[in-house]
Amino acid sequence: MLKRLLACIREYKAATILTLVFILGEAVIETLIPTKTADLITFVNDGSPMEMVIRTGLILTAMAIVSLACGTLAAFTCSKAATGLSKNLRHDLFAQVQKYSFQNIDKFSSSSLVTRMTTDVNNVQFAFMMIIRMGLRSPLMFILSVIAAYRMGGSLATAFVVVIPLLVVGLALIGKFALPAFRSVFKKYDRLNESVEENVRGMRVVKGFSREEHEKEKFGRASEDIRKDFTKAERIVALNQPLMTLCMYFDMVFILTVGTHMAVVDRSVDIGQISAMITYGVQILMSLMFLSMIYVMVTMSAESLKRIDEVLTEQPTLVNPGQPVMEVTDGSIDFENVSFKYSAQAKRSALENISLHIPTGTTVGILGGTGSSKSTLVQLIPRLYDVTEGTLKVGGTDVRQYDLETLRDSVAMVLQKNELFSGTIAENLRWGNENASDEEITHACRLAQAEEFIERFPDKYETYIEQGGTNVSGGQKQRLCIARALLKKPKILILDDSTSAVDTKTDQLIRQGFREFIPETTKIIIAQRVASVQDADMIIVMDNGTIADVGTHEELLSRSPIYREVFEQQTSGNGGED
Amino acid sequence: MPGRMPKGKGGSANPKVLGRLIKMLMEFFPFMVPLTVVCILFSSIVSAIPDMYIQQVIKLITDALEGGWSWEDTSAQLIPKMVTLVVLYLLALAAVTLYTQLMAFITQGFLDKMRQSMFRKMQNLPLRYFDTHKHGDIMSTYTNDTDALRQLISQALPTLLRAGTVVIVVFGIMIYYSLWLTLFTVVGVVAIMFASGKMGGGSAKYFIRQQQSVGKAEGYIQEMMNGQKVIKVFNHEKKAQAEFDKINEELCSDAYRANAYANTLGPVVMNIGNILYVLLAVIGGALVLIGMKNPSIYSLVMAAKDPAFKGLLDVSIVVAFLNMTKQFTGNVNQVAQQINAVVMALAGAERIFAIMDAEPEPDNGYVKLVNAEIAADGTITETERHTGHWAWKHPHQADGTVTYTKLEGDVMLDHVDFGYVPEKTVLHDVCVYAKPGQKIAFVGSTGAGKTTITNLINRFYDIADGKIRYDGININKIVKSDLRRSLGIVLQETNLFTGTVMDNIRYGKLDATDEECIAAAKLAGADDFITRLPGGYDTELTGNGANLSQGQRQLIAIARAAVADPPVMIMDEATSSIDTRTEAIVAAGMDKLMEGRTVFVIAHRLSTVRNSDVIMVLDHGSIIERGSHDQLIAKKGQYYKLYTGAFELE
Repeated sequence: MLKRLLACIREYKAATILTLVFILGEAVIETLIPTKTADLITFVNDGSPMEMVIRTGLILTAMAIVSLACGTLAAFTCSKAATGLSKNLRHDLFAQVQKYSFQNIDKFSSSSLVTRMTTDVNNVQFAFMMIIRMGLRSPLMFILSVIAAYRMGGSLATAFVVVIPLLVVGLALIGKFALPAFRSVFKKYDRLNESVEENVRGMRVVKGFSREEHEKEKFGRASEDIRKDFTKAERIVALNQPLMTLCMYFDMVFILTVGTHMAVVDRSVDIGQISAMITYGVQILMSLMFLSMIYVMVTMSAESLKRIDEVLTEQPTLVNPGQPVMEVTDGSIDFENVSFKYSAQAKRSALENISLHIPTGTTVGILGGTGSSKSTLVQLIPRLYDVTEGTLKVGGTDVRQYDLETLRDSVAMVLQKNELFSGTIAENLRWGNENASDEEITHACRLAQAEEFIERFPDKYETYIEQGGTNVSGGQKQRLCIARALLKKPKILILDDSTSAVDTKTDQLIRQGFREFIPETTKIIIAQRVASVQDADMIIVMDNGTIADVGTHEELLSRSPIYREVFEQQTSGNGGED
Repeated sequence: MPGRMPKGKGGSANPKVLGRLIKMLMEFFPFMVPLTVVCILFSSIVSAIPDMYIQQVIKLITDALEGGWSWEDTSAQLIPKMVTLVVLYLLALAAVTLYTQLMAFITQGFLDKMRQSMFRKMQNLPLRYFDTHKHGDIMSTYTNDTDALRQLISQALPTLLRAGTVVIVVFGIMIYYSLWLTLFTVVGVVAIMFASGKMGGGSAKYFIRQQQSVGKAEGYIQEMMNGQKVIKVFNHEKKAQAEFDKINEELCSDAYRANAYANTLGPVVMNIGNILYVLLAVIGGALVLIGMKNPSIYSLVMAAKDPAFKGLLDVSIVVAFLNMTKQFTGNVNQVAQQINAVVMALAGAERIFAIMDAEPEPDNGYVKLVNAEIAADGTITETERHTGHWAWKHPHQADGTVTYTKLEGDVMLDHVDFGYVPEKTVLHDVCVYAKPGQKIAFVGSTGAGKTTITNLINRFYDIADGKIRYDGININKIVKSDLRRSLGIVLQETNLFTGTVMDNIRYGKLDATDEECIAAAKLAGADDFITRLPGGYDTELTGNGANLSQGQRQLIAIARAAVADPPVMIMDEATSSIDTRTEAIVAAGMDKLMEGRTVFVIAHRLSTVRNSDVIMVLDHGSIIERGSHDQLIAKKGQYYKLYTGAFELE
């Protein structure tokens, strides 16, 4: 997992390595500074000639400048590396999702994909930055400081022998107890936020049922629960500081007392050394604390990392065949004993043993209740899903042998869940054909009965569609989606309940246009309204994942009870039009 | 969430917000907060003291070496000092332990209180508030802003207090020892503050830029993830990727700048500190060598003790100063590092306060809904017991009497005008008379005002002109929660809550038994599919019932309203996602559900409304036709056109 992540550094490898180099430089100099400073203090103290003092001072200044340069450069390179990594991660995630089949998409909810590409990537970016800045620096500072302390202070450095194990064990214990505590807190936190979101979204329900007090109580309990757990977790982490303080104080007292003894009695240390030892003491303890912080952070970002990795390693379930067929000859469709399950674990097949021949150029209507798998049936045609059993042929060739892009360019589909994207109407329409001329666009819109209302907009084809197409009505949106699909000039056109918000007259005009202007195209129309399908060459009645009957309107009226029932509901006494 | 951090205010922190936060902290924890402050102050002062000891010990060593003292002589002087130091340290350690533990309590307690009061406040806000504020923005006060507040209280404030105290104490000690050296240090620190101010400003600017790019990228990702299936169908993957890469590149470059600035702050401050340190050593050393006078309190004190004291700058003072400079710059650095956190937190707190200060939904009602016992002669008495009968308890202020009116479900809208914003009326002179048990339907295009009418009946919004009466009582006089309790409502946008199916149905009546809930589900025609769910009625619903189809969600919502057994029901496109065949199957249950209730139905599908007692056709906020289905068909007006499909509903 980590390896795959590191592979995403790519062009920012140089920045990453440079960061490490600069940080190394900074760390080395930072540990040298107290030694040189000790010299300086000793010179000052001993009343050495001014030249010595100034020379040491100059060296120190130079060191500070180099350290400043290293630090600043590291700040830039590490930002470059970390933000670059997160850019690459986002790119890879987005690219991976583009490779997904419908089956893969169904597995992740779109909001969870958004979180993974935003919050989780940010967490990783932050952790990565910490690691390259501190991950090398802290252990290095620790080791260098310990070495320097021993070289300088000799037996004074024993002070650390006592303190370091104490601190290490203490920090490890804190980490051990704090991490699970935090993890459970964050989970609860997520749940709390989810429930707030639910509330904000469902405010009308809450108010409609006068459940404000009930919600307050519920939230109060959850919030109080989090308070308890979070306090516990924070109290554990809060022990960090007293522990550090204890170690620091111990060092201070030890160095001052023993140092004085050594200085006065055996004259083995001088004032400069004592002062330097104090500085090293602080450095050693600080680097240990940073190490423990990094440890905690890395473990916490591991969760994000895992979620990103899940997306990256999800295998696209549909891939192009080795030697793909690059041309779809005509719009004929053959289902041969096709069965389909949404997942291998599913108990029930969504489609059961479907066999059907649709000649090219026919108009096919599909009718059936909710859950009768009408959409599933048509989604197999452009190979949005692969059949579980049997064969599906388009233009006489198994869909699995086509180049995916070729197949989908020939099979245009207007999904039940229509989406328009933010952009002008023309931009949205050009999704169907990037190079469509203005005439082609107007023609498609005329066919989809969209021309009239577009012309009524002040900006016409340049009218800006808001995200999710919220500024056009349902019926207008559906007609735009049909026009978009028509621009592909497909061999097969599938409308999945795409005219439900369009009035019957317009609906009829659309179908009439299809008959006149795209007679060679196979047209498949899923509808709730009998009126939308009754003039089709062939009507398929779906029931519970199987084909209940196929025939023309008249044939079905005479022999299919389901068809007759729906027809009667919608035309005679008990029903009406949409 | 997209672009919701500092809202282009250039990171200006409102000091009033900080004041209010501190005041709230004090109110919530009148004992703990001062105790914590005292502990922080104490431990900070103590942590500054070693510098004095270092000076004294070093001086002791120098003296001992010069004077050739024995260890006994030296230790006689050293030990008392050390004992004091140890005692101080122990006290400080206790203080640190205490305040860090207290901070955990205070931070979490405060956040809990803030969350709760924010949520309580939110529950009382009028719907208008939710119409005019993005849900994402409201959510982000619970997540981002609360989190920023946590940072502020648990880290930034204590750090500022601690570092500030250390700076002040160290500064005092500096002045005590040497005026010249102090002046010199101050010059250096001013340089540091200048540099960090410059860079802090730069980083704030880029952080805001970064937030905007983040918002843009998130918006794009959201749109594309939602439309992923359309992308597939149109082979649009490559174009989507190219577009995304452009946005991603922008985000990366803004994030890079923001982080680079922020990361530079540390090394710059620290190394200016280092240079200051060196300069101080050199200059101090030089001053010692040339035998510079040292004007200071220390000199005065020493001179008073010992007339022979010459008041020259000595090495022990320079050494102590060196350490103090380190402390000084280190703490200034800590303060600088917190500035970003403080600015972010105050901006967040401002948004939290904005919710808390928002005007709550007004409720001046005084007519209450009570359980009633109805005697044979029709007299109504109030009772605690659930009788299945309800009455409006109407106290009359004028003469102090109380009258009871039986709850029947008679609703009347009398010449009602209304607009969501005052400039734009969306309902004009609407009159509706609904007798108990009648089914009233509203038909019309999107935006004609159908939903608005129902929103007014349950007082989600208050009318501008006209009157609405419920059982003859002006609804403005009825306590809002009681009014809404008497109205069952099923909305087009189904919202279910996390919990089991049973919990969700019970939402309509919190003390309903399982049997009542199941009966309601049966009435709504939901029992059939619920029992086929893997866990039956105990199936957990998450993410607004993501595992159910839209039609199934609607059926649960209907059951939820049914269990409340309200005399009046509002069904706003309640069956829009149920196909006609299923609708026909559940129709019998529906009819039974609606029996004996006043029902307002809004539906796009005319088959749903055709058996209503009265159908109102709305257009642009006015009722243009009214009558029964047969009457309207006979009239051959707008309804007829809709019914025959000659006209499109939008």
